Amino acid sequence: MRFSESWLRSFVNPSLSSDELSHLLTMAGLEVEEMVPVAPAFDKVVVAQVLSKEKHPDADRLNVLTVNVGQTEPLTIVCGAGNVTVGMKAPCALVGAKLPGMEIKQAKVRGVASFGMMCSEKELGLAEESAGLMVLAEEAKVGQSIREYLDLDDRLITIKLTPNRSDCLSLNGIAREVAALTGAPMQAIPAATIKTAATQTLRVKVSEAAACPRYTGRAISGVNAQAQTPDWMVRRLDHCGLRSISALVDVTNYVLLELGQPLHAFDLNKLNGGIDVRFARSGENLKLLNEQTVALQGDMLVIADDKGPVALAGIMGGADSAVDDATTDIFLESAFFAPSAIVGKSRVFGFGSDSSYRFERGVDFAATQTALDRATQLILDICGGQAGPVTEVLGELPQRAPVRLRTSRVHRVLGVALEAAEIAKIFSRLGMVFRQDGEAFMVTPPSYRFDIAIEEDLIEEVARVHGYEWILPLPIEARVGILPLVESERPLARLRQMMVLRDYQETINYSFVEAEWERDLCGNDTPIPLKNPIASQMSVMRSSLLGGLLAVLRTNLARRQPRVRVFEIGGCFRAEAGAYAQDERLAGLAYGGASAEQWGIQSHNVGFYDVKGDVEALFAPRPLTFQAAAHPASHPGRSARMLLDGRAIGWIGELHPQWQQKYELPQSAVWFEVELAAVTQSRLPRLRDISRFPPARRDLAVVVDEEMTVQSLLEMMRSANAPNVVELEVFDLYRGKGLPEGKKSLAFRVLLQDTQKTLTDEEIAPSVAMLVAALQKAGAQLRS
Amino acid sequence: MQELQTILDEALKGFTATNDAVELENIKARYLGKEGRLTGLLKGLGKLSAEERPAAGARINEVKQQIEAALQARRDALQQQALQARLAAEALDVTLPGCNPGVGGLHPVTRTLERIEMLFHSIGYDVAEGPEIENDFYNFTALNIPADHPARAMHDTFYIDEQHVLRTHTSPIQIRFMQMHMEKFQHLETMPDIRIIAPGRVYRVDSDATHSPMFHQVEGLWVGEKVSFADLKRVIGDFLRNFFETNDLQVRFRPSFFPFTEPSAEMDMSWKGGWLEIGGCGMVHPNVLKHVGIDSEKYIGFAFGMGVERLAMLRYGVNDLRLFFEGDLQFLRQFN
Repeated sequence: MRFSESWLRSFVNPSLSSDELSHLLTMAGLEVEEMVPVAPAFDKVVVAQVLSKEKHPDADRLNVLTVNVGQTEPLTIVCGAGNVTVGMKAPCALVGAKLPGMEIKQAKVRGVASFGMMCSEKELGLAEESAGLMVLAEEAKVGQSIREYLDLDDRLITIKLTPNRSDCLSLNGIAREVAALTGAPMQAIPAATIKTAATQTLRVKVSEAAACPRYTGRAISGVNAQAQTPDWMVRRLDHCGLRSISALVDVTNYVLLELGQPLHAFDLNKLNGGIDVRFARSGENLKLLNEQTVALQGDMLVIADDKGPVALAGIMGGADSAVDDATTDIFLESAFFAPSAIVGKSRVFGFGSDSSYRFERGVDFAATQTALDRATQLILDICGGQAGPVTEVLGELPQRAPVRLRTSRVHRVLGVALEAAEIAKIFSRLGMVFRQDGEAFMVTPPSYRFDIAIEEDLIEEVARVHGYEWILPLPIEARVGILPLVESERPLARLRQMMVLRDYQETINYSFVEAEWERDLCGNDTPIPLKNPIASQMSVMRSSLLGGLLAVLRTNLARRQPRVRVFEIGGCFRAEAGAYAQDERLAGLAYGGASAEQWGIQSHNVGFYDVKGDVEALFAPRPLTFQAAAHPASHPGRSARMLLDGRAIGWIGELHPQWQQKYELPQSAVWFEVELAAVTQSRLPRLRDISRFPPARRDLAVVVDEEMTVQSLLEMMRSANAPNVVELEVFDLYRGKGLPEGKKSLAFRVLLQDTQKTLTDEEIAPSVAMLVAALQKAGAQLRS
Repeated sequence: MQELQTILDEALKGFTATNDAVELENIKARYLGKEGRLTGLLKGLGKLSAEERPAAGARINEVKQQIEAALQARRDALQQQALQARLAAEALDVTLPGCNPGVGGLHPVTRTLERIEMLFHSIGYDVAEGPEIENDFYNFTALNIPADHPARAMHDTFYIDEQHVLRTHTSPIQIRFMQMHMEKFQHLETMPDIRIIAPGRVYRVDSDATHSPMFHQVEGLWVGEKVSFADLKRVIGDFLRNFFETNDLQVRFRPSFFPFTEPSAEMDMSWKGGWLEIGGCGMVHPNVLKHVGIDSEKYIGFAFGMGVERLAMLRYGVNDLRLFFEGDLQFLRQFN
């Protein structure tokens, strides 16, 4: 809500500077977002009247004026404005005046001495653009400072109001708050006493009393709809960001800003019969003031005449019953609509109004008629006419049940010991009626407060007025138990550090991705879609982290990074039995050299086994098993499912050449993705005996079919349960010269060790024989 | 015995003249070898009379020792020389970069979160988590935001379906944690304090330099018998001063509105001569406690929520929120 400081100060004028006032409002929960001067700094500009005008002897476009600026002698001023006329009043900058970006000096303009400058709004910094001089009203006093005359020393204050403080959606409400906070007296708006001069009325029926507990209105006949809105009102509306439309509309807007009560003026002669406040019927349409025609729904409250809806109650009037220049008789509505009847309705049509904004949050139901009278008075003053009697339909108004507050509870919640007397003072200032009973208060909130229902609401009021600043921080109490620490779970921080030490850079990517990524990389045709995505490339929830990593790769390749190694830890989503499940995963992607290009390491492009090594290190000491299996993202011959203790926990693979081509990658990338829980889960170390006897090493070299996997050979050997074997690893792989086509040679290192003694050849031989037998059973030929 | 002197002179001269260890041994053989001249003289001693023999023998031996000593010295010198030569030849350019497989780095948001977690851990806060696709109850209703409440308009919500949203804040984790806590300790007359922070991703329909459709929040919650607004002020103040490592930092609390706290406050921090909004906080609303079955008469709590990216931006001088999620290595590596 934006308004001018001077308007506020016309209600309540505490002895505070503008900055202090702004701080006061902010610290009371009415956050001042912005405070700016109405006009930029300038001086020595006065109201002037043009006395005579003659053509400049040497310039077609210039005039030589004599101007009365309120001094004994008129001034001669050369002026180039097109709209200058004799008798007009306009601002004049005197010699020595400092305007935004210029200083006025006595000067000769094409040979004629000029003693000042007639100004446009642009030259005074009051408008971005202007055509000709700023025209001032007839009644402007010649010689008066223009700053004073136009209130230009004023400031515009913008307050960001929280939804609970609808009582401050008006100047009167903010003033009430300032008065409560400062104790400064509040200047009430003089109560209007309207003399009923006409008998005209409108039949009003309220079918929905719960939605509209109070409806008041009156006819005013014989108004001059073309009357000029007074300057002061135009200015105040402008300061609040409202454009002047016509006197009748301006008055309703003015009272809305002044008192917070939305009003509506119908052209009485455009209404058919009486009106009814009812819910819309199916099939009803209404053309609104903003020219939008809306299809009404059954839960929307309308004002309807005998032919149909004429206004969307509390939100916006209809175009067909609106006042215009030809209007002579109006029906002025001031009503209280229940917040629940208004909330959310205008959002259906994609707009809100100053009126709906207030009704949604709560309007003072005790001030309905005050506002009606205030507006009536202003209309009579500006547009003339005769007021008719007030029609009121009154239902059940909201109740303000007393709320209990205990002084001891204030102390407990706030941590500051406030005396009951202090609390009583605060309530009095806030206009809350209360009864005191020992340490307890029974407080009845005023009709304009919709946010006081429980004790805590009152505690907030007490804290607010007392000042949050004056609640002093307490020392942190040290009665803290030791927090549990599960050793068999590796902290995420350590896991991330392991990835970092293996040269992966962490990224954080959006959880919503392109549907195409899901289809391509996960074979997922039915990802979870967002109903209202922000962009098409962020329209579905990811079921894998791979897409995001691939996008990061592409971003960095576009920025000429030759080598990209990235990882992410985050949630992946899937629908499951009507609910949604989230799996936390860790994924990595490597592209480019296996190590950064450098003089000392012969680099190769990162391959499957490089990344496999990273993953194995991540899980160490627990061994993973790898099963060749196809994944939509991966090259079918270079893809594996990873298992931990026999359970599938993730995937590793080289990106499918098809995606490499589609996603425009010059080389292939290797990726992996694992369940986070599988990596964080660890085990508590348990010590085994350490042998003090040296291990014996035996190497076994075999020739096998190309299709034979190393893992199957290792498993065969392990399942032989050969005694004393403590380590079994492959250490060499050979293909090519000296071997038949389709064969490969593998060499295994076997370490044998006993904890009690050094093993003899005789003890070793049977174990080795068992291993050899196992290999031969698998079809391996022992190499000599 | 002129000859002995000549042999000695020649031998010493010969030793000094060579720089080669093999040649040195050859030279040595000329004097001390089987056919060596000194050996010859020694052999010739037998031809001398018994009276002459001891004196002559002693003189020869003396020369022999001198030669051997010179030989050993020369050997040592040559060995030393050879070692020096080898060391010189083996010298490395130690300024060449080491063979480095490379090191990656953490995302600045992670870095910030780890810091936040450690600071709160030091005053007994545990970390809690919750799902990012939330149902309406946890994201709104349980937090005292009924359907159609104007406060829902404050949240630009991503919807999955009628009942599910992408969580708009980390506050639902509060609810989930309190429910779990109650279940665990309902048999006790007084439940232990709840002291958690809940970091995580949150989502809002918004995107520009200062808004991202996805960002991180960290939620804090302390519920117990003796918890007050004054405690809240201290915890937040201490946290921010320690996070930014400055005691000059001012923290300001001003009244605000959140449906799930009452009283509510906005937290501002002094920054470059002004105030900067850092998050929201307040005393847990009794309706929220009621939703999870906690007696709001007995227990009081406070909750707060802060934007993690905002903290990271201030801490590291990042001025565009979007940079965090672009994945540009040139940006990310600056936090390594």
